[in-house]
Amino acid sequence: MSASSFRFQAALALARLAAWLSRTLLHGSGNVIGGAVLERLALRDVTGKAHRHRITIVSGTNGKSTTTAMIAAALSTATPVTTNADGANTPHGLLWTVATARTDEVVLEVDEAWVPWAVGALQPHTAALLNLTRDQLHRKPEILPLAASWRRAMASVERVVAAADDPAVTWAAETGRQVEYVGAGTAWHHDAAVCPRCGDLLRHPADDWACRCGFVRPATPVAVDRSGRLLVGARAFEPHLTLPGEANLANLAIAVATTRDRVSPEVAVAQIAATVHEVAGRYRDVDLGDQHVRLLLAKNPAGWQAALGMLREGAATVLAMSADGIDGRDTSWLYDVDVERLRGRPLAVTGSRATDMVVRLHLDDIETAISVPTARDCLRALPPGDVDVVATYSSFQAVRRELHVA
Amino acid sequence: MPDLTIAVVYPELLGLYADRGNATALRHRAHAHGLEVDVLDIAADDPVPESADIYLLGGAEDASMLVALERLRASPALGRAVDGGAVVLAVCAGFQLVSRSFAAQDGRRVEGLGLLDATSRHLSARAVGEIVVDSPLVGELQGFENHLGDASIGPGVVSLGRVVRGVGNGHDGVEGAVCGRVLGTYLHGPVVARNPALADHLLSEATGTRLPPVEDLVIERLRAERREALLDAGPTHWLARLRRRRR
Repeated sequence: MSASSFRFQAALALARLAAWLSRTLLHGSGNVIGGAVLERLALRDVTGKAHRHRITIVSGTNGKSTTTAMIAAALSTATPVTTNADGANTPHGLLWTVATARTDEVVLEVDEAWVPWAVGALQPHTAALLNLTRDQLHRKPEILPLAASWRRAMASVERVVAAADDPAVTWAAETGRQVEYVGAGTAWHHDAAVCPRCGDLLRHPADDWACRCGFVRPATPVAVDRSGRLLVGARAFEPHLTLPGEANLANLAIAVATTRDRVSPEVAVAQIAATVHEVAGRYRDVDLGDQHVRLLLAKNPAGWQAALGMLREGAATVLAMSADGIDGRDTSWLYDVDVERLRGRPLAVTGSRATDMVVRLHLDDIETAISVPTARDCLRALPPGDVDVVATYSSFQAVRRELHVA
Repeated sequence: MPDLTIAVVYPELLGLYADRGNATALRHRAHAHGLEVDVLDIAADDPVPESADIYLLGGAEDASMLVALERLRASPALGRAVDGGAVVLAVCAGFQLVSRSFAAQDGRRVEGLGLLDATSRHLSARAVGEIVVDSPLVGELQGFENHLGDASIGPGVVSLGRVVRGVGNGHDGVEGAVCGRVLGTYLHGPVVARNPALADHLLSEATGTRLPPVEDLVIERLRAERREALLDAGPTHWLARLRRRRR
């Protein structure tokens, strides 16, 4: 065994020990501490190992976890796949996943702010870029500089698959060696006012976008049409997704485009429809007594817009709001959420920042929300039948723990 | 016929930090006072009206702010509205736009609209976090700041108040700027949603009548919670203030 291989194996053993301790004593996943140990002791060995894998990275403000799961599902029909579907998407988690991967194929969800790091350290072959919208503004205060950092990074990526309906993402993807754009559609246009190329006002005629400087929405060989079918070249597919909403059709389109160099679209669509029903608790349906509860994760205005569009007819709604950990610390973002879909529904609010949510609703004259300490209290306060739970990240994890939803 | 018209200036450019919520909050508070309000969203391609009673300019990233400035400079409407007694609430990037000058992201000095005698340059580190201001004008102000701007106010201008927790303008321990009916601040929250007394002040200025205070228990509960949470935060926020120094 070479010295570097010995060093790597020793570091990995220590990292595994740290991870085990984390799981046993702290009930963590262990990935992040394991990755931290590897970063200190054997970073070059891990990045060297990365170059021996075929890595796809997936990033964007919303949809990373779901699209990563979809890509992994599609590729798994052709080859075994390792993924960090548990969402450890910053350097320590990424290093851990790569260090412990036993398959050639690795699909990694990557936090938007860490895409340049991931490209430099892990040298992925393919990057799937979804969207860039306002999120965690305390940490990512501006969108165009983030897009610019992606653009610099994509110059080192062989194949880039990117959402054509997001001008910042389109611009970021341009530098990739081979670029394929996907017409996934977007319901959120509020972060596309300025041309990333020239700084002028972008025009948005009827679902399209263009700038006087010549920067225009590119052609899309893969797209979702108005009736929700997936178009790949001249062929059309019915998605049959169990995951709800247009946002998940967009994720599917990106996943099919990303994998179509190895997996045919019909196989990818069928596998994704058959196997991707929930992602780390998101979209999970659980029956609790006489209530059919569905869990929806929404972290920012675009995500909330999508989630509120998924609320079931006649369902009561739990809103779980927090501003801890990776949540947006400035709760102002609530005022970018159109709360009209909540009017008239039985509503219960919980979470560490429930009162901010109550005020948000109050200022739009929705006064029916009951604020209660726990998710179970919310369910008790609401009628039997369908209950949709929409939660920010920290609240979502708390609700899962409380309701014993894996 | 509405009692008041509120113009939200270029929300697609000056809206990144959800300051459009100031219009939502003003409308709600106006109704509480029995006032009917029209809220107009002025898109970047539309002419800015001269006849609104209150103009709201929100926060933005650098590129959007510069596009907004170019368009506002090309029209005399906002200046004429101010001369005619209109109220302006300018938040964060909006505050910089209405100032005499500010520093763009690349450090170059940019001339603003000059509606407020203030200039700003860059802080040595971004000011991000909950902020509390003790304001002689409107009492305790709560909000969230997220800016790189360090504002200096001119002799004819007063600050909004003294910073109790947070950074504010960046030096001298004060926040914001008020001159006549033009008010600049770095507070998001949105600032009007979190501070009903500020809403009352803006509405009073716009209507020319002193509006009586109206209790809003829902917002007061939030204010009490945040007050308790910030006081419980202990000395760390004082350390953060000491650490933030201008170069």
